[in-house]
Amino acid sequence: MDSVTDIRKPENIVYRKPALLTDNIMHYCPGCSHGTVHKIIAEVIEEMGIQDRTIGISPVGCSVFAYNYIDIDWQEAAHGRAPALATAAKRLNPDKYVFTYQGDGDLASIGTAEIIHACSRGENIVVVFINNGIYGMTGGQMAPTTLLGMKTSTTPYGRDAKLNGFPLKITEMLAALDGTAFITRQAVHTAAAVRKTKNAIRKGFEYSMKDIGLSFIEVVSTCNSGWKLSPVEANKWMTEHMFEKYPLGDIKDVLK
Amino acid sequence: MKEEIIIAGFGGQGVLSMGKILAYSAIMQGLEVTWMPSYGPEMRGGTANVCVIISDRKISSPIITRYDTAIILNQQSMDKFEKSVKEGGLLVYDPSGITRMPERKDIRICSIDAIEIAAELGNAKVYNMAVLGAYLKMKPLMEMENVQKGLEKSIPSRYGDLILKNREAIEKGMERVKSISDNI
Amino acid sequence: MTEKILLKGNEAIALSAIRNGVDGYFGYPITPQSEVMETLMKEKPWETTGMVVLQAESELSSINMVYGGACCGKKVMTSSSSPGISLMAEGISYIAGAELPCVIVDVMRGGPGLGTIQPSQSDYFQAVKGGGHGDYHCIVLAPASPQDMYDFVDWGFDLAFKYRNPVMILADGIIGQLMEKVEMHPVKPRRTDEEILRDAPWATVGKPASRARNVITSLSLDANTQEEFNRKLLVKYGKIKENEVKYIGYRTEDAEYLFVAFGCSARICEAATDMLREEGIKAGLLRPVTLYPFPEKEISRLAGQVKSMMSIELSLGQMVEDVRLAADGRCPVGFYGRQGGNIFTPEEIVSEFKKFNNIA
Repeated sequence: MDSVTDIRKPENIVYRKPALLTDNIMHYCPGCSHGTVHKIIAEVIEEMGIQDRTIGISPVGCSVFAYNYIDIDWQEAAHGRAPALATAAKRLNPDKYVFTYQGDGDLASIGTAEIIHACSRGENIVVVFINNGIYGMTGGQMAPTTLLGMKTSTTPYGRDAKLNGFPLKITEMLAALDGTAFITRQAVHTAAAVRKTKNAIRKGFEYSMKDIGLSFIEVVSTCNSGWKLSPVEANKWMTEHMFEKYPLGDIKDVLK
Repeated sequence: MKEEIIIAGFGGQGVLSMGKILAYSAIMQGLEVTWMPSYGPEMRGGTANVCVIISDRKISSPIITRYDTAIILNQQSMDKFEKSVKEGGLLVYDPSGITRMPERKDIRICSIDAIEIAAELGNAKVYNMAVLGAYLKMKPLMEMENVQKGLEKSIPSRYGDLILKNREAIEKGMERVKSISDNI
Repeated sequence: MTEKILLKGNEAIALSAIRNGVDGYFGYPITPQSEVMETLMKEKPWETTGMVVLQAESELSSINMVYGGACCGKKVMTSSSSPGISLMAEGISYIAGAELPCVIVDVMRGGPGLGTIQPSQSDYFQAVKGGGHGDYHCIVLAPASPQDMYDFVDWGFDLAFKYRNPVMILADGIIGQLMEKVEMHPVKPRRTDEEILRDAPWATVGKPASRARNVITSLSLDANTQEEFNRKLLVKYGKIKENEVKYIGYRTEDAEYLFVAFGCSARICEAATDMLREEGIKAGLLRPVTLYPFPEKEISRLAGQVKSMMSIELSLGQMVEDVRLAADGRCPVGFYGRQGGNIFTPEEIVSEFKKFNNIA
């Protein structure tokens, strides 16, 4: 029987962790979509060879520590303000690739003004928006994108439109703005979906150098801890419920 | 030398720019100057005033309550500032905006029909310069060449015509200023 | 030769930014400082120096644009007035917590709330004692003329980069709106990318293979790490207090009575000092030019010399607390202030001075 070292030869390698993903142990819960999205962002940056020209802006929320996992320069923003930081970083360094990574609480609640105006101004940045319909880091409270009827720690009887308002389809709102170039909604629940999301993120990075406006990639995601489901059940629940309200696919592409 | 001036009227009469051109002329003459406007909602149609201090020494407080000269372009300003002129000071006013004539006996008072001058010159915008001319005649603190330079500094050179018109208005103002009472 | 032109304080800020190599300005309109952005937009510096000027959707956004620009090692600034600075408090705290350089101009108006658009100095506490959350200080400079507004932009950036700390230029509606002769110093170019890498090796401008990634954050969940950081800040503030205190004494050498005043109030008190001197009363004036660090040693020294001090402010009494701390009971410390946009006159100060000191 060959030892592990014997097997680990270049000709045998079928998969490799992207070099830009650090060896830090991720704090994300097993089953969480963040890890996958981090990985494909790292792959895109690596494949495009733009590590030395990329600035990431991390949010407040579970992905606040994104800077521990992807080996690029990072700015950690205040809650919801990442698009404002990105605006300045890009305008002051037009030759750099600038992206924000934000959750639904950060982007669609406290940071609505910042994202809407960054889109409206047509900032040449990329926004990766993780929508799992819940506040993960603070322990599972209602997010603006929480579905009606969905139970969270602040909607213990399920989200009620009268009491809590309706889920916010912010991605469709942003597509209506003249300053956006590419708007898509993807997921990372299957290998095929991961490939599509990765392509979308790469397209966003490429578009950000074409001076055509903002690229926005929503990733409908799972928060199995917050949803109180197993990873497998969470994927199933997302497919059955989240996709109905948040259907996957490209919403806008000005170059098509 | 220290000359403290209040210029007061309606927004749109060119009160602030008159003060600015006066201030620039003073700088050209090598003097110290401060220009302090009232600002806020009253700039939009209500009363506007600016306090200009010209001195051959460093100026401390830009906030003052008594003036060597008051240039008054409407009744509200007459009511407010006539009493603030220092004894022996100067009050210049445009009678067209005034319903109650100034009453002080211890100051020099003169009037200037600046609307007439502006009409003659065919440009309402030079109204304020006619008033400035009246003042410059009554208080000849500034050399005309420095006033010219002040105009050039305040008005972009692409408006060369306007500089000329303003200069004309100043000169007419100097000719037409009328002494109303000079009993001191 | 330096050019001398007539400028409003607000205009002086804008022209100074362009002429001193500032990389970016991000702002939101608010009276009485809107001329700062208006002047910048009119001058179009992006066509000459390459400076970025952007009107943000709110003060929240403009201060966070400053945060993002400062992360890149750029010389970035914003300006606002009191209610806008309240909105910026969060961002300023983050900038202080991330130890980033920037310049923030506050042209104060009266409050609280929407208050008045007239001049005030009632945000001394907000500027000097913090304003946002957490243990931090901005370096606070108090201009008293359009010339100061012009000069303090460059000075502010020097301090901001020297200490990696936000610097606030705390002006008021009078200094913002007042027009005076301003000497425009020769132009300083914007720094090149190479100079930024040299001066700000911490900047997030893209990670080359040759160094570890730069991460700018103010987050440390571990109590000991946070405490260590807080203590590091304390050491920095100590150095700032040691090296950067600036004040101007006026007729203090033989003064028996002292006014302490900053900004426009200092100029009014200067006139009051002269009026008292003409009456044979030996008054003097101490004008703190830096409000943080505060000239506590000089005030303490003068407290041993004079019969009394008065803090004169356009507020209900804020700096007076620091004057009392510095005087430490060695002489009586009085206060006189006006509020709501009302401004005291030199005569009024003289009269209040006499009341406080029981001089007929």
